[in-house]
Amino acid sequence: MSPRSAQIAAFLALATATLAGFAVAQPSAAPPAYSPPSETSRLLDGPDLAKAQTYCLACHSADYVTTQPRGMPAAFWEGEVTKMRNAYGAPIPDDAVKPIVNYLTTAYAAAPAR
Amino acid sequence: MQTSTAHRRGVLTGAAALVAASAAQAAGETVSLPFANGERPMGVYPEKRPMIVLTQRPPQLETPFEVFDHGAFTPNDAFFVRYHLSGAPPRGLNAATHRLKIGGAVETPLDLGMDDLRRNFPVVEMAAVNQCSGNGRGFSSPRVAGGQLGNGAMGSALWRGVRLRALLDKAGVKASAKAVEFNGADVPPMKAIPDFIKALSVEHARQDEVMLAYEMNGAPLPLLNGYPLRLIVPGYYGTYWVKHLTDITLLEQESQSYFMQKAYRVPDNDCACTPAGQPATQTRPIGKLNVRSFITNVQDGQKIGAGRRVALRGIAFDGGSGIAGVEVSTDGGKAWTPAGLGQDHGPYGFREWSTQVALGQGDHVLMARARSKAGEVQPMTQTWNPPGYMRNVVDPVRVVAA
Repeated sequence: MSPRSAQIAAFLALATATLAGFAVAQPSAAPPAYSPPSETSRLLDGPDLAKAQTYCLACHSADYVTTQPRGMPAAFWEGEVTKMRNAYGAPIPDDAVKPIVNYLTTAYAAAPAR
Repeated sequence: MQTSTAHRRGVLTGAAALVAASAAQAAGETVSLPFANGERPMGVYPEKRPMIVLTQRPPQLETPFEVFDHGAFTPNDAFFVRYHLSGAPPRGLNAATHRLKIGGAVETPLDLGMDDLRRNFPVVEMAAVNQCSGNGRGFSSPRVAGGQLGNGAMGSALWRGVRLRALLDKAGVKASAKAVEFNGADVPPMKAIPDFIKALSVEHARQDEVMLAYEMNGAPLPLLNGYPLRLIVPGYYGTYWVKHLTDITLLEQESQSYFMQKAYRVPDNDCACTPAGQPATQTRPIGKLNVRSFITNVQDGQKIGAGRRVALRGIAFDGGSGIAGVEVSTDGGKAWTPAGLGQDHGPYGFREWSTQVALGQGDHVLMARARSKAGEVQPMTQTWNPPGYMRNVVDPVRVVAA
């Protein structure tokens, strides 16, 4: 057997073994009680942090914000806040938009400390 | 799974000099995806091994990349998780009481339990890749807003269930029907927030490969992957694969769902792209997966033994024509040689590939490039679009041979 056909044979044998190794299905098994880990992600400190906490974290965890690219211009965050309000119906009042955009632009200006 | 994995690694690498990719990450540790601000915690969720946590509420979990080196099927406990709404996953789901309703423009509305589905329709089984539209979005240059994913928002499973067409035929689709909407049990946290509803054309919904799955890889769907029933749209991006499926509605007009009309759209041109940084003027709903491949047993920055033949392997897939071939390069894309293809699990699944290379001392750039049976080839440079969808560039893997 050439090295290549030996390799392919190994693929075949193992794919079969993998399939055979799957658990037997329980047709009507109930799902486990859902207990996710507790929410630990936090918004960074910054001006008007409380407003961001109120309006952003009502619908999603802080990591939606903290994992975005850093150092993005105000227009980037304005686009996101507008999308959340207009597309996703987030109840952010008009007078909270500017402070939240300012918070996001300021608090996430720099690369994260390592 | 672990046993066969270890076995396979032994068979294929033998005495080869490649260092095994990495040890399993434990919960509480962090990993660093290879782009700026790519630090992520590892977390353990119900029915899942430690996964890369993109977001906690709702849970969005990425598969650690080394998993893809362990075969053409992605284990259920390592399969990626993507949700849109913070009420997800829905609570209180139970296969014993779950109902699927089929209504709208049909002759006979149906209201089916899971046992009806299992007993009264032919069983179908298919290997298919589910890939997030934004898989690899974190690599977009310039960067774009959205889930900053590495390449772990994909997976291939053996799906078992029933053909959607069988249900549509039983209900009797009226001639006036144009589109089919799919809704799951997850609901928005506030009334103003649009529900996650997706749609296919009636013609697409009636294709052979479109199915409703109650099992993946021989076991019931994990809760976070759509238990007890999800839509499977082989060859199409994961956005269409509605989880916790409860309602199928035949429409006499186009779906007006936010997630069809506003979200998950790409520039309406041949490349689905715009000049970097520019918005699209016209868009269309995202559709088929483009052709893609990965090297899975060597990581960027790895050291490799020089002067010996070492194994190089990985996976390839496309939108359903099947993989015609995979070529590898060890000189950054100047010269290419064909790799061998592994077992064919059907045109929609992962296709493994492998070869051997010998590297002289020094720096090398390894690449894999897949070609589909439809003639599509992975590009050497990545085009750009505002949402960071459909990435499929040939990824360079830089290694040092010594």
